Amino acid sequence: MTTPLRITYREAVKQGIREALLADPRVFLMGEDVGKYGGCFAVSKGLLDEFGEERIRDTPLSESAFVGAGIGAALGGLRPIVEVMTVNFSLLALDQIVNTAATLCHMSGGQFPVPVVIRMATGAGRQLAAQHSHSLEAWYAHVPGLRVVEPATIDDARGMLRVALASPDPVIVFEPIALYNMEGDLTDAAAHVRLEGARVHRAGSSVTLVTYGASLWRCIAAADVLGQDGIDAEIVDLRSLRPLDDATVLNSVRKTRRVVIVDEGWRTCSLAAEIGQRIVEQAFYDLDAPIARVCTEEVPIPYPKHLEDAALPSCERIVDTVRRLLGHAD
Amino acid sequence: MQTEFRLPALGADMEAGTIVEWHVAPGDRCKRGDVVAVVETDKGAIDVEVFVDGIVRELLVPPGTRVPVGTVLALLDTEAPAPAPEKVPAPSRTQAGAGAGDAVQQRVKISPAARRRAQELHVDVVSLRGTGPEGAITVQDVERAGPSPAGVSEGAEGMRAAIAAAMSRSKREIPHYYLTTTVDVSPAVDWLAAHNAAVPVTERLLLAALLLKAVALACRDHAGFSGFHRDGRYEESPVVHVGVAVALRGGGLVAPAIMDTADKPLAALMDGFRDVVARARAGRLRASELAAPTIILTSLGDASVETVLPIIQPPQVAIVGAGAVAERPWIVDGRIVPRQVLTLSLGADHRVTDGRLGAHFLARIAALLADPAKL
Repeated sequence: MTTPLRITYREAVKQGIREALLADPRVFLMGEDVGKYGGCFAVSKGLLDEFGEERIRDTPLSESAFVGAGIGAALGGLRPIVEVMTVNFSLLALDQIVNTAATLCHMSGGQFPVPVVIRMATGAGRQLAAQHSHSLEAWYAHVPGLRVVEPATIDDARGMLRVALASPDPVIVFEPIALYNMEGDLTDAAAHVRLEGARVHRAGSSVTLVTYGASLWRCIAAADVLGQDGIDAEIVDLRSLRPLDDATVLNSVRKTRRVVIVDEGWRTCSLAAEIGQRIVEQAFYDLDAPIARVCTEEVPIPYPKHLEDAALPSCERIVDTVRRLLGHAD
Repeated sequence: MQTEFRLPALGADMEAGTIVEWHVAPGDRCKRGDVVAVVETDKGAIDVEVFVDGIVRELLVPPGTRVPVGTVLALLDTEAPAPAPEKVPAPSRTQAGAGAGDAVQQRVKISPAARRRAQELHVDVVSLRGTGPEGAITVQDVERAGPSPAGVSEGAEGMRAAIAAAMSRSKREIPHYYLTTTVDVSPAVDWLAAHNAAVPVTERLLLAALLLKAVALACRDHAGFSGFHRDGRYEESPVVHVGVAVALRGGGLVAPAIMDTADKPLAALMDGFRDVVARARAGRLRASELAAPTIILTSLGDASVETVLPIIQPPQVAIVGAGAVAERPWIVDGRIVPRQVLTLSLGADHRVTDGRLGAHFLARIAALLADPAKL
């Protein structure tokens, strides 16, 4: 067991990419400004110098074209990592992802798997305004043929890319913008992360907080506050948004009998809605309170700091919601 | 078409029942009103009727099984589409069914897990106070109440618990007001004596029959006393089914309805009264009779009580009490004369009516009793 290394989420992602490039000559990275500029969130800074233009490729500003090229490269036997700046911009490549990447394996009777990894930044919290801050994970999680993951911890940020590249299916990796600067311990567990499956991030008995992405850290802060009142919150980090790990969520719900789903997506047609419904379908008689959700307000994410904060799930909203569920509200 | 036969709520507070026996088997033809099963409840074994004509396809719940209200007990094949109840509010015919259905909607706020736990522990949830969100009953609330020592469905103790729950709820939720009036019932007593002298013993009438009819007719004349208060609003019942409180030998009481009380002649009311009292004491009441009362008449006349201040049975909104008929000095035309007097009382729901309306209602009953030949 080695001493944990303290690094940023950004560095963990970069090391994951580096490892993949070193381990497999078929792997290459492409996207807007990933080369000379070092990536718009500086994830790939320095990789161009280390690996050269063949493997760190700057692309024209056309998401449809370069995501399509990535899909083609995957079909041709390579292992492309395609970086799309934000999930907002990925909508320009939606046709390639949904109509091509997600379907070809199925339509070819399994003859043409598409092992492409598409990384994209997601979420708000950095005052990047409405066209760079949305959380559209649920859109991709809706589509059969895709795998969708969202690492929320340093270990997952470091280790998930490797298992994503090993998957024969197209994998969408969401990286929360708000977490790139987060520092944390990189542990040995990073070498053993799985692509699928949720994880109980913190065990508790009073209420289950189901979450993913940057909201994991809001839930941890809320659990700390609740702990002072003797409310023992269990936190489930979904990690994989498609497929969803029902078993881990249900086990937790059956134990605590109360659930708050914290989702940075908008409430309507959200992942939170899907998870809540699955709980009702499979654990209705275990529930001791209505399922509650803390989601982003249904507005385009505002630019001003105070409005952006007000729109997002916050520690305070999570704490208030849990107290209400437990009947502790004033 | 196929129709589901569900366990009706045999009273507003019933949560579950145990099938004691089936009177039908698959392939049997049954008619609306036929008793198809006997169900053990807090109030004893009750005959459960079916509300459609059809052929039994399948019995889904074997005898001995305890199931929640609303559980599908059997599947029936019905020839014609079931009549749409919302279309024609045919009063007397659909009332029994509607009454049972409505009772199911009388629900306490309780979490699914707590409801299941309550079933396991045989805890009567109606009497519990919830501590969860919006006052809902939680698992913890149920477990705090603990298993009742004898189990709910067993005989007198179960009935005691059911009465306790219903009356606690009534006193907790219903702002009662009480009015009493003492009435000279000599005309009614004399009329009964004359009538009974002229008919065979089996056709003799009791004052109870006159009281039932008078209460029912008064309900027709004065809105606000015969109906149900549910989910924050009152709904007057289109028909009047007066329930009679019947004390049971082993303790406890039930209040089965004499259906369509206002429409029945006194002789029919008397027959109905005798019938339900006998069957109540034999533990053989029908589901519809227990769920149907729109108002209750309770008489403690045989206990020499002067005045009854009765408690309303939720979700009803009024209850009429009658004390004993007694000979008292009374002033008639300025002279003191001995008269047969009776104290009538009204317990009514102040959310629905006020004292003045109650006074009119009570006065109307008294006026009707003064002219028994017209009842």
